[in-house]
Amino acid sequence: MTLLDLITIAVIVFVLFNGVLTVVLGVIWAERKALARLQQRVGPSRTGPSGILQTAADAVKLMLKEDVRPGSVNRLIFYLAPLLIFTPIFMLWMVLPFSSGLILSDLDIGLFYVVAILGLSVVGHVLAGWASNNKYALLGSARNAAQLISYELPLVFAVLAVGLLAQTATDRPFSLAGIVEAQGGVPYLLIMPLGFALFLVGALAETARIPFDIPHAEEEIVGGAFVEYSGIRWGVFFLTEYAGLATMAFLAAILFLGGWNGPFSDQFPPLQPLYLILKISAIILLVFWIRAPLPRLRIDQLMAFAWKLAIPASLVNLVVVATVVYAQQRNDWELWLAGGIISVVSIALAVVTGFIIQRRREQRLNQFRQRWAQ
Amino acid sequence: MATDAGMTASVSRDPMTEQAELRINMGPQHPATHGVFRMVLTLDGERIVDVTPHIGYLHRGSERLAEGENFQQITTLFDRLDYVANFNNEWVYVRAVEKAMGVEVPPRAEHIRLILSELNRIASHLLFYGTYGLDIGAMNPVMIGFRDRERIQHIFEGVTGARMMHNYFRIGGVKEDLPDGFTPAVRALLDQLRSGYEEARATLTESEIFIERTAGVGAIPPDDLLDYGVTGPVLRAAGIDYDVRKADPYSIYEELDFRAPTGQHGDCYDRYMVRMLEIEQSIAIVDQALTRLPDGPVMGRVPRIIRPPQGDVYVHGENPRGDLGVYLVSSGGTVTPYRLKIRGPSFCNLMALADMVRGMYLADATVILGSLDIILGEVDR
Repeated sequence: MTLLDLITIAVIVFVLFNGVLTVVLGVIWAERKALARLQQRVGPSRTGPSGILQTAADAVKLMLKEDVRPGSVNRLIFYLAPLLIFTPIFMLWMVLPFSSGLILSDLDIGLFYVVAILGLSVVGHVLAGWASNNKYALLGSARNAAQLISYELPLVFAVLAVGLLAQTATDRPFSLAGIVEAQGGVPYLLIMPLGFALFLVGALAETARIPFDIPHAEEEIVGGAFVEYSGIRWGVFFLTEYAGLATMAFLAAILFLGGWNGPFSDQFPPLQPLYLILKISAIILLVFWIRAPLPRLRIDQLMAFAWKLAIPASLVNLVVVATVVYAQQRNDWELWLAGGIISVVSIALAVVTGFIIQRRREQRLNQFRQRWAQ
Repeated sequence: MATDAGMTASVSRDPMTEQAELRINMGPQHPATHGVFRMVLTLDGERIVDVTPHIGYLHRGSERLAEGENFQQITTLFDRLDYVANFNNEWVYVRAVEKAMGVEVPPRAEHIRLILSELNRIASHLLFYGTYGLDIGAMNPVMIGFRDRERIQHIFEGVTGARMMHNYFRIGGVKEDLPDGFTPAVRALLDQLRSGYEEARATLTESEIFIERTAGVGAIPPDDLLDYGVTGPVLRAAGIDYDVRKADPYSIYEELDFRAPTGQHGDCYDRYMVRMLEIEQSIAIVDQALTRLPDGPVMGRVPRIIRPPQGDVYVHGENPRGDLGVYLVSSGGTVTPYRLKIRGPSFCNLMALADMVRGMYLADATVILGSLDIILGEVDR
């Protein structure tokens, strides 16, 4: 490794670090503005045009704040935890492709890398909650761990189905760039809407957004794992949360919305990042929209949803995709028949389950409407 | 090897594997306790094993203070009990003194009091609507609730000059007549409230997650509610039809057409619904009272110095939170009461909290506390 290599790495890390920070500032500002519009407010309006500098001002304020550390914390882990939460997100951005030419590191197993790194952030949360020596923080981190374990499964199964599907169109089905290229014709959102829905639910749960923000739950455990943090250390948690949201939206855009593909994107490559940013913004705005009116679930309801509905549905999704892909590759009529039967059965099962759930839901809603119909 | 042996020996007392109940101190500084209220919760995982409520952080000694104040001055103390339903509080107190002295209140003053109190009931329930949404984690309701409450406060400011702590009801009437343009302003307000009510219903009442979070949560047998002295929407949600405006009618409520909504199950959802339907009813009451608002004086014939004769009176009225009672003892010939006892609905409703919370999830604790809709100013007095 020459000096030049080191300098190149340093420059790349610097650019990426600041790029992610800028994205996060933008996302936070967008959330405040979007939420305000949904709630008949104005939102930040004084700092810069349309208050665009408000988040930067908040960050400066956090940096200038005193860094309070309670006497009873475990010092090493307390200081280590923000870094452990912070780092995985940046590790993810290393492999995210911005366009067909602009990829920092195009791993052949990028998909597995992403899934593995995603699970890492919970370590930081648990350590933060434990090291704080605070019961609220402990409860928050325990909730975070439970939630992440439950929702990692449907998320991973949905992502795996994408990899399987990509096999039909590319020879690098587990590379993120390969997946985007495989979606040249039709985005996978149209082929597997169930997979996209599961991915979105899993992403909401993993980034702890409403209605799954149980690990933070300000009204119950006052913010969860970061109760004892203040100043820029708290800021790091906050920042990581929004960086996580941006990352999840990035992944959703790549895996399900066709990434940088769009009209004339092949002929005119500079359009590609633009399409990608548009798709990411759409997902992020969808998440904001979900946040505005919805209440928070209770932990048992969250778990019931994961284990009784999301995980079985993701398995059905995976089996159907796997069968179809296998049959298509062998191009054998027996396999087509078998695949067809399994697919039909799986889909029928999914439809029947969905129908039963929907009817129960309707009954329950009607029951409550009738309770007060007088 | 020595360390290995040591570790094996200590496994049974290892704090990492030992199961224990977690005692958690919720409050007095906690975002969901609606003021300075403290609960000591004993948790088994996420389940609540036991709860000990601690009150008194906002104690100002209102009852004792009242013994040193003139009868006219005590209204200000009542403003500060349930500080989101000021008119309702003032009303119960001035009615107590009027009963002790046998003062006749002119009909116009009676109507003004009723209109303002019912508007205040709507404002209080809107506040409940907003904060209850927050307790469950939804952000939109608080914006809807506070927007409409602000419109009501605006009317109050026009009438009394203050947004809260009005000190507008006087013994024998009200401070001064209504400002010009009051009736059309309130009619316009009622229209806004009706459309806001629809918006509120779409946001929370029919939200599936909201129903799942509140239905079947915090219900205890109606007999227990009666034993604890619970009143107001919490009692009516359990199907017990007790509303002071109906059970022991005062003012002109008997002449008005309205009903006191009751629930069946007594859970948090029914409590919420009772309050929402009361908003509808109060809108109807204000509408009727505005139509028949008579002309005339707003103060009755009251002596300059208030000295009720020796004796005691008990007067109660329906507050947004339940049955507010005032027991007034006068020693006769003095300008201050001998004793003033306040029966606060929030205080009595709060007593049932421990029974409701026990065995529920931690997340339910804030939902149940929110459904009781306590105001600490009145609990601690």
